[in-house]
Amino acid sequence: MTKQLYQMTIHELNKLLEDKKVSSGEIVESVFKRIESVEEKVHAYITLTYDLAMQHARDADGRILRKEAGFLTGIPLAIKDIICISGVKTTCGSKMLENFIPPYDATVIKKIKSQSAVFAGKTNMDEFAMGSSNETSFFGPARNPWDTERIPGGSSGGSAAAVAADECIASLGSDTGGSIRQPASHCGVVGLKPTYGRVSRFGLIAFASSLDQIGPVTKDVEDAAILLNCISGFDPMDSTSVNREVPDYTKALVKNAKGLTLGIPKEYFVEGLDPEVEKAVRDGIREIEKQGAKIKEISLPHTQYAVAVYYLIAPAEACSNLARYDGVKYGYRSDCKSNLREMYEITRSEGFGPEVKRRIMLGTYALSAGYYDAYYKKASQVRTLICRDFENAFKECDLVVTPTAPAPAYRVGEKISDPLSMYLDDIFTVPANLAGLPCISVPCGFNDKGLPMGLQGIGNLFEEEKVLRCAYCFEQNTDWHLRRPFKDAVSAC
Amino acid sequence: MEFETIIGLEVHAQMLTETKIFCGCSTEFGQKPNSLSCPVCLGMPGVLPVLNRKVVEHALKTAIATNCSINKYNRFARKNYFYPDLPKGYQISQFELPIAVDGFVDIEVKNKKILKRIGITRIHMEEDAGKLLHQLDGISSESSYVDYNRTGVPLMEIVSEPDMRSPEEAGEYLRILRSVLQYLDVCDGNMEQGSFRCDANVSLRPKGREELGTKVELKNMNSFRHVEKALEYEIQRQQDMLEEGETIVQETRLWDESGGVTFSMRSKEEAHDYRYFPDPDLVPIVIEDSWLQEIKGQLPELPKEKVERFIKQYGIPEYDAGILSSNRQIADYFEQCTGIYHKPKSISNWIMGDILRNLGDTREIDNFPVTPKHLAGMLELIDKGTISGKIAKTVFEEMFTSGKMPEEIIRKKGLVQMSDQNEIEKVIGEIIDRNAEAVEEYRQGKEKIFGFFVGLVMKATQGRANPKIVNEILRRKLAG
Repeated sequence: MTKQLYQMTIHELNKLLEDKKVSSGEIVESVFKRIESVEEKVHAYITLTYDLAMQHARDADGRILRKEAGFLTGIPLAIKDIICISGVKTTCGSKMLENFIPPYDATVIKKIKSQSAVFAGKTNMDEFAMGSSNETSFFGPARNPWDTERIPGGSSGGSAAAVAADECIASLGSDTGGSIRQPASHCGVVGLKPTYGRVSRFGLIAFASSLDQIGPVTKDVEDAAILLNCISGFDPMDSTSVNREVPDYTKALVKNAKGLTLGIPKEYFVEGLDPEVEKAVRDGIREIEKQGAKIKEISLPHTQYAVAVYYLIAPAEACSNLARYDGVKYGYRSDCKSNLREMYEITRSEGFGPEVKRRIMLGTYALSAGYYDAYYKKASQVRTLICRDFENAFKECDLVVTPTAPAPAYRVGEKISDPLSMYLDDIFTVPANLAGLPCISVPCGFNDKGLPMGLQGIGNLFEEEKVLRCAYCFEQNTDWHLRRPFKDAVSAC
Repeated sequence: MEFETIIGLEVHAQMLTETKIFCGCSTEFGQKPNSLSCPVCLGMPGVLPVLNRKVVEHALKTAIATNCSINKYNRFARKNYFYPDLPKGYQISQFELPIAVDGFVDIEVKNKKILKRIGITRIHMEEDAGKLLHQLDGISSESSYVDYNRTGVPLMEIVSEPDMRSPEEAGEYLRILRSVLQYLDVCDGNMEQGSFRCDANVSLRPKGREELGTKVELKNMNSFRHVEKALEYEIQRQQDMLEEGETIVQETRLWDESGGVTFSMRSKEEAHDYRYFPDPDLVPIVIEDSWLQEIKGQLPELPKEKVERFIKQYGIPEYDAGILSSNRQIADYFEQCTGIYHKPKSISNWIMGDILRNLGDTREIDNFPVTPKHLAGMLELIDKGTISGKIAKTVFEEMFTSGKMPEEIIRKKGLVQMSDQNEIEKVIGEIIDRNAEAVEEYRQGKEKIFGFFVGLVMKATQGRANPKIVNEILRRKLAG
């Protein structure tokens, strides 16, 4: 059976486009046909932009004819609904921004547009990226394509589900505490969070500014490198972006791991880790070892504090970042007219969902007079200790390899009333955000219920190349990334 | 009981920059509401601030001129509170690590006889908020409107130590500080337009006691005079309360200009918890030594140095030098005049007299109709004897109203001085003949009436007679 266009990767389609075997318009039609057949079950998108996509496809086809094509020219991408595209509704998964249309492009969007990529739509997400399951989306959760009774992960659940269900060729997500990697792991796709400062945050609606980073969600590692090439680089509009040369990340993709030392932190293989996940990750590590890597047990002694630190710093920044949604300038405003204070209170009570409110309260508390030192300040200090753990680790290894999530995807509704157990799901992903490190999740197996599991590789600052190389070497010697959900739907197309 | 007044001042100075502190919008005053705004200063989702380098340079200049230590590693913090004029729900300011601390300025107190040092606690950079409009086109409505043009205009907050002991000292400190900012060209110092704003903290304590009393914060004073008046009122209010055995409540009070009173705005309990924390969108500011040296090289001559130079270079009294240097434009005007016609003391007299009187409170000499060319030209005509000092007053008035050059005025109005000996002798002769009685009185020793004769001569010549010659001839003739 030949592959359908929508099933292909960026690098496969790029070849077909350059060889004039297919047009961008045909790819867009194929993707939207696929969306039509599975979106009802997956709910990966909040907004579909078919007309815009067809228009972009025409531009792209013209460019290909003029031999001015880049790697992304004509490729339909899905963008997490937290990244602003000028003139396209950007909701952040919230009632608060249900009708918000930004008059500006995020810097990553400008970069992608300059290559004439195609935007298929805006993907579903937890409200303001606060959640690990997609269940906090105001528009209803995206579903896991491998089992639509289950969550796709979060907060970039829509992006991961869209890629896994072949509803787009590749996608952009954002990662504050694991929001790219955890859904990638749950959906059996590749998710990469770059080094903090590698990719501009301008136009990314802020959740926690010192942790947020945009990154690719793709069908394989090569596509992740291609997308990273496009979106990386210093941006004068983002003071926290770093002025440092962007290498060609596809050059880092080699099929062996010779000369790499993998550090295996003992703190990540503890009670509470699902036995099937542990086995899959340990098998994965052995596979990379077979390809030439050295394996070393290491210690990251402050790991146990990471979740607590994260749930102080992220909400503290969030409560301030979300103060602008007050009904005055844009977004939702309650029709209460009695006085200013009431307008604020009712607007924010009605416009935000419970998880967002919970985090605003947590953050407000952590920054309050008399509590600042015990919470926010203490958390910032422990954050430094976590950074130091990694600094020390990278003296003896090139990469830290761990599971991405402690267990495969759970059922919709299973944890929504128990926020603490949901927060603990982030245990393996938040440390890399706190330390600003580049990291990736690649598929490393399926459990007995057929649910995908992910292996996480964490690199030193700006060492995306090593992260990609290790992931690529593992992927090319396994075939987990080739499996796709909805076998029946595929044959039906 | 005798009380001692303790005053500390917080000044908010709008910095003179082309663009706002964190975006490229213009800082122009008085434009159409919201015409100077963009996604960044409107706080739209996903946008980020980028610091305007000029703002740091202005703050550094001020820090150096006020003898502060500079924090070579400083950073911005978020001050969180809700108000419609604050689009992000927080103001980007500085908190734990401001750009400068521990400085001072010297002021002259007690009729300029004593030099007093006023400490500066800190200087920090921040963004201004927008403006609420409760009327539209003069019609009030149910709703209020917001103008975000001012949002993001750079401000410098300069906080003094509680070193001032009277409203006069507070006023003097503000005048000195404003003139420093104007000299540095970092702030236009316009209090009415709100580009130089002042809040005051004031408390009283029994004389001799170390411990400070409860302080009250005063806001809403938009001129130096109102700062002093509000302080006077507040000091009296607190003194009356203390004498009655009442306790002062820590609160913020607003000055009511028309009523001449202060009234409570909010108490300490109602004070905001601003939840300051370092702004993660902006990286810490690192001031390299080379940058600091560059800024030092750009500093203009400051008022104190200028006073010393004026005394030495022009030989004018310290009093004159002080007044001329109190404003950079006036000092420049003075030097332009001396450049054209080197009579420093006469120039100084005219500036301190007729010019300052006609300038009014704004002291905007740049648009004054009598330019250095006018003034210097007129002084030259006096010295040449073309006109008398008395006629010069008339010429000055005419220059002020018409802007015409002195020669032209003299020619058209026939104001040329009468210096012809014979002509004057003739006039004086007639006057002596007609006033025989007075002449007799003078000759018998009543020399005081000399002036009376001078007056008569001037009257007869419409003030044109050369006073020196008039004096000579009169004395001779009266002596008989």
